[in-house]
Amino acid sequence: MADIAVPAPGAVAEAPPRPAFQIVPLRGLPIVAAVLVGLVVAIESDKLWALDFFHVAGGGLWTGFDLFLGFVLGPILGRLAIPARVEMTTRLMPKMLLIMPTLVTVTLASGWQLGHKLGTIQSGYAHHGWIVASYIVVGVMAVIALSVLEPANVAVLYELKKPRPSPEVIQRLMKRFIYTAGITGAMQIATLIIMTKVATA
Amino acid sequence: MSEERLPPVTQVAVVSFALVVSAGIYLAALLPHHVALGPAVALLACSALLLVGNVIALVLAPAFNWPVFLGVAKWALLAYVVIAGFIEYVFVKDGTRGGVLAILTCSLVVFAVHVPLLIGFTVARYQPR
Repeated sequence: MADIAVPAPGAVAEAPPRPAFQIVPLRGLPIVAAVLVGLVVAIESDKLWALDFFHVAGGGLWTGFDLFLGFVLGPILGRLAIPARVEMTTRLMPKMLLIMPTLVTVTLASGWQLGHKLGTIQSGYAHHGWIVASYIVVGVMAVIALSVLEPANVAVLYELKKPRPSPEVIQRLMKRFIYTAGITGAMQIATLIIMTKVATA
Repeated sequence: MSEERLPPVTQVAVVSFALVVSAGIYLAALLPHHVALGPAVALLACSALLLVGNVIALVLAPAFNWPVFLGVAKWALLAYVVIAGFIEYVFVKDGTRGGVLAILTCSLVVFAVHVPLLIGFTVARYQPR
């Protein structure tokens, strides 16, 4: 099966109105930098509370975003009229480009360090099977998010930046985004089960 | 509507990611005990080969919008180098060394190159030259 280069087939004369936007909102970069500096401080200090804070807060937000996007916002987005969908997309997606990678990095980095400190990542840990299950769930989510969801997100925004975006291209990419958001949302339920199991073990 | 055929970059990338993630899970699952590196090296090598294959396939694609690809991929590369750097930092910080660290580092390199390649490709394939 080959990918197809689609030369913006359905470009319309009158593009739906779009608010001005940046694909990567530069104003958010200092916030991302501050969070990452906080993460480094937490890891360097190796304090249990700081590591737990970043892992629980980051993981909770990551799970919440995925569930909300997959099961609440995604289906709504799919049923909106085109102009409303375009406006929603141009306001939401750029923020997601900063928020999601930051949350994932914070959760995984602090989680690994926390697991190292608590001994839960050691293969001798009593509930190591649950930890390995969490690696697998995160791995599958990473493959889906990195290979389908995020590229589609960037491509939609790039298309919407054009003076005459193609509704066909946007619809195709949005469909990919909504379906994969649903899959990662479903996988986050597995994350919740595993993490609560480990936390109460 | 005229359509130019492009290589199956996305599908190959999915397999490459799955292989490199499997290598990481295999190593992480067995730490800190002595880990046989052979399976992880094999998974990583296959993943890296697919990455190289994807690059070659793209270079040989006749109708590919390289300016758009490079414009997007360079910023994505910067972002993913930072992310991979953080993960590497945590591995080094917790004392991972030797062959395991080398494999994890190479896995992160594959990750940090392949994701931007895929993002750039997904954007560029919809932009006619």
